[in-house]
Amino acid sequence: MSDMDRIEPILDLQAIALSFPGVQALDAVDLAIEKGEVHALVGENGAGKSSLVKLLCGIYQPDSGDIQFGGAHYSPKSPLDAIKAGIRAVYQEFNLLSYLSVAENIFFEALPRRIGFVDFRTLHERTEELLREVGLDIAPTTPVELLGIAQMQLIEIAKAISTASKVLILDEPTATLTPNEIKKLFAIILKLKTQGVTILYISHRLQEIFEIADRVTVLRNGKKVGTTRIDAITVPEIVRMMVGREMGTEYPFRGDVVPLETLLEVKGLRYRGNPQSISFAVKRHEILGIAGLVGSGRTETVRAIFGADDKAAGQLFLKGAPIEVANPRDAVRHGICLLTEDRKNQGLILDMACSANITITDIGKASRGGFINHILESDESKRLVEKLAIHATSVNQLVRNLSGGNQQKVVLAKWLYRNAEVLILDEPTRGIDVGAKFEIYLLLGELAALGKGIIIVSSDLPELMGICHRMLVFSKGRITGELERKDFDQERILEYAFSGYLAKERT
Amino acid sequence: MNTRRIAYLMLREVGIGIALIFIVALFVAFAPMFASFINITNIFIQISINTIIAVGMTFVILLAGIDLSVGSVLALSTIIAGLFLTQKSLPDSLVIALAILGAIGVGMACGFVNGYVSERWKVHSFVVTLGMLNIARGAALEISKARTMFRFPPEFDAFGSKTFIGIPVIFVIAIVLVAIGSVVLRRTVFGRIIYAIGNNEESVRLSGHNTRFYKVAAFVICGALVGIAAITYMLRLNIASPILGVGFELNAIAAVVIGGTSMSGGKGSMIGTFLGACIMGVLNNGLLLIGLGDFARQIVTGCVIILAVVLDTYRNKASKLLSQ
Repeated sequence: MSDMDRIEPILDLQAIALSFPGVQALDAVDLAIEKGEVHALVGENGAGKSSLVKLLCGIYQPDSGDIQFGGAHYSPKSPLDAIKAGIRAVYQEFNLLSYLSVAENIFFEALPRRIGFVDFRTLHERTEELLREVGLDIAPTTPVELLGIAQMQLIEIAKAISTASKVLILDEPTATLTPNEIKKLFAIILKLKTQGVTILYISHRLQEIFEIADRVTVLRNGKKVGTTRIDAITVPEIVRMMVGREMGTEYPFRGDVVPLETLLEVKGLRYRGNPQSISFAVKRHEILGIAGLVGSGRTETVRAIFGADDKAAGQLFLKGAPIEVANPRDAVRHGICLLTEDRKNQGLILDMACSANITITDIGKASRGGFINHILESDESKRLVEKLAIHATSVNQLVRNLSGGNQQKVVLAKWLYRNAEVLILDEPTRGIDVGAKFEIYLLLGELAALGKGIIIVSSDLPELMGICHRMLVFSKGRITGELERKDFDQERILEYAFSGYLAKERT
Repeated sequence: MNTRRIAYLMLREVGIGIALIFIVALFVAFAPMFASFINITNIFIQISINTIIAVGMTFVILLAGIDLSVGSVLALSTIIAGLFLTQKSLPDSLVIALAILGAIGVGMACGFVNGYVSERWKVHSFVVTLGMLNIARGAALEISKARTMFRFPPEFDAFGSKTFIGIPVIFVIAIVLVAIGSVVLRRTVFGRIIYAIGNNEESVRLSGHNTRFYKVAAFVICGALVGIAAITYMLRLNIASPILGVGFELNAIAAVVIGGTSMSGGKGSMIGTFLGACIMGVLNNGLLLIGLGDFARQIVTGCVIILAVVLDTYRNKASKLLSQ
């Protein structure tokens, strides 16, 4: 995999090194990005992609090495320097001001003004233009706090293209988008490309980069493994470069595990704001997938089951007996757990130790008479940290300092500690590297084999098709399709996923 | 536990401890009277009340709340205790027991109202306790008809000046409460959940805990400590008055903040709070001894509060580096 002849590198990184205490984030990385190309950057979590982006955006400064940008030495000291030079990034974490309007957010750095006052008419006109471009049908005056995650992502993109930039960096832009929105995003990328904008595209979804990228660079442990033209490589080859080893089948499925009796049954569930009711059941030993578009009510449904949000109606049956779940406490007592889609803000306590995060679901088990037995707690968490192969320096390490994949494993560990019987996982592999994903799939298979019932909500359709026994498809707040594993078919699932919205247009 | 982790944990308290030693050293050098036995005993007595209230305040602030009503509630507690203590018809020991229970009970009741209202209706505790500040003060004035009460049972009046192996008994009460508070925070399930909620309430709720219970409980604990502080204050002054405790909330908050507890919750310790109260007390006492007037002392104290919080941001950066 040799480097291409350099046509006209707009960005030229030479022997870039960056380190943090105990970590060599980037190690002598050379990278030449040509003008007007879409350059994909891939690698496992912790491979150094984000560090590289933050370096280009002036958030970090390299320890050594040199960056040439447009033929001149480039060393931004702040994000503002980078924007002024013409490099902009859309990060995985959103930088939006919740209480301000969409328009104000997009043009926050350069609000159009007239004699010192904000010129709202121009602001809203230009915003409407941009919203059309990214395919968002909302009013410019909508407060950002009312938007869903996917919409926020599109606002970030609109913000990034609101000013002309030479290089646009997109960090996992599709993680929260539906296939339709992704298509629109790709159209925007291609349009920018024809305008001569260079795109640095970071994604875990390898299929995507084959659709959109011209070249791909693979990073591993802070080192560059290689750069190659996208048409000269295949997905398995990229994966091999990323993990440095041969991967087995991408989705492990335990064909020997057969679902048995019904474990949890949901009858007539209505979450707030939804007129439709939802009924389904999950069996012991079963991995039940829930597919559907973002906003189709999947998250709301599982949150209502868990008691995280109030429900308008519905009854749960556990092993045939009716149970009352008014809040998460009830759910946990009945052995039902939820791994929320937002693991950082809802699943973990980032500034506490791994052990504290793991034992919080059943702290009584690690205490005697109200006093925590620190030795017991440490031993119990160590057992789970080892079982789940969580890469932490010790169980006392703060969860904040773990990679995304390891953080997700800590969330899993805390519910294993509780010995939950029904595991509901909402987007458990979002933003997680291939290696960690695979380990999570294996673990879910193992848990199903042990007799647990597993419900998994995911926007990654191949993932659901790979690991589930059965799949429900949500569309506009109701279940529009149910498929057994032998009937899994991508097109059919998508058809079901859109069906609720089509029906509405007809009436 | 590896050494780095211990260093990280120690950093907060050690930093405040060093600051305290530095201030003490300055006063020893420049105020000859400062290091005398009598003066040190004095400082102990002076910081006791604030320390006791600050122990309760630490629980509340660890949950990102605040209790502005502690000074007024203290006054109300002294009045309730005073009502019992001035009952001549009952035996002294019973009267004293009732006074103690009454003071703590009133404190807890006010704390419960503070906590419950702010939790039930999602009103920030700043507002609720600001209301309670007025309610409790008004109630104290109303019940006592704005009169000061005194002439309590002789055992009660005498107890305040007792010493325990040379240490004023009032200070011993404060130290014992600091120790209990520290153990509760560091060693118990209750303390663990308090820290966890302070860091990320939603996450704790979704882990299956009744976060509302803990948040209300923190205010009740704070109220109980205000009740104890009220009794302790009466042991020292031998009076009960509706105008006691004005501004005490600010001293307690200052001690907690100087002690390194974050106003946004989740970070801090009881030892830090105690050291914070010591710094406040030593400054007040020492500055007086070197001849600074009341006004100038206020200015210095104010500067120290701000300085402590600014320094804390640097300490946070350092501890983040160490924790990696």
